[in-house]
Amino acid sequence: MAMTKKIPDTIKGANTFCPGCGHGVVVRLIAEALEELGHADDAICAVAVGCSCLVNVALGIDKIGCPHGRASACAAGIKRVRPGNLVFSYQGDGDSLSIGLAETVYSAQRNEKFTQIIVNNGVFGMTGGQASPCTLIGQKTTTTVDGRSVNMSGVPLDIMKMFGQIESVAYLARGSVHDAQNILNTKRYIKKAFEAQMAGAGFSCVEILSPCPTNWHMEPVDSMERIAGVVSAYYPIGEIVTGGGLNA
Amino acid sequence: MGKISLNTGYCKSCGLCIRACTRGALSISGKTNEKGYRVIAADDMKCVGCGLCYTVCPDYVFTIEDQTGSEWTV
Ligand SMILES: Cc1ncc(C[n+]2csc(CCOP(=O)(O)OP(=O)(O)O)c2C)c(N)n1
Ligand code: SF4
Repeated sequence: MAMTKKIPDTIKGANTFCPGCGHGVVVRLIAEALEELGHADDAICAVAVGCSCLVNVALGIDKIGCPHGRASACAAGIKRVRPGNLVFSYQGDGDSLSIGLAETVYSAQRNEKFTQIIVNNGVFGMTGGQASPCTLIGQKTTTTVDGRSVNMSGVPLDIMKMFGQIESVAYLARGSVHDAQNILNTKRYIKKAFEAQMAGAGFSCVEILSPCPTNWHMEPVDSMERIAGVVSAYYPIGEIVTGGGLNA
Repeated sequence: MGKISLNTGYCKSCGLCIRACTRGALSISGKTNEKGYRVIAADDMKCVGCGLCYTVCPDYVFTIEDQTGSEWTV
């Protein structure tokens, strides 16, 4: 058992996310998972558009920049031609569930054997905090100035519920970065998703509840409390599908 | 016990480590880094080397060396 806690070598330096942004934690968890599974050298990341693209700055593995919303389509293609490589997409909720919802759903539906990582902060972070499909009811954003209403924009999208209906899916989990326990659980989920992929079991996805203190207009600590409260109340944390897919 | 070291050049003063530390070993110091953030400082006497700060830090600031013998590891 490792007796030293140090930043993985795969992290190449400081990141450029805002103070308290959850993306920084998720990127480190991916690096730790890849190193511990021995896949840092053969992993390929399909990078989305959004603050998620800042994964480019710190994560020192092979990556490809994808058009907005198309990271899961790119990852699916890469995995088909490079089945021996560990392939994952790194996407925000705007990229994966708004402009890229079709690619997301069909990746699962077609049982594309890569891992989709969705960092759900409930807003379009990079463009200034517009509402995303995951914005909570009542949440004020620059495009829902009086708070999101069911009447105007329906209920927040729960992708785990949608994926859960697709029987061929290999692994599904929703983690969170709001405290140490959940961060450690999320790392476990990421590793299990990667393992399911490399076992050829099928499509895997880990959605991660993450704060955007800048566009939530909250202090980092208060943002984490918001996830512990209302956000995780709407989006339950935990494993949804384990041991599914072709090897079930 | 574990020895904590900090790369304060990466710190953005978010305060999440202070929230996580159960020993009150971390605080915002009076020092400012190159990016202009007031950086974290650790009190070696209070730190038990558990690694909670490492776990929650979004900015790769912390290293905990030699956790051997610490009852409190994450
Ligand atoms: C085709 C296209 N439409 C719109 C944009 C503008 N745009 C850039 S990032 C983004 C949203 C990103 O939000 P999300 O995926 O939630 O990521 P976050 O920034 O929150 O990590 C949008 C709409 C674009 N770059 N390309
Ligand atoms: S705008 Fe939000 S999502 Fe983007 S880096 Fe800042 S805190 Fe993170």
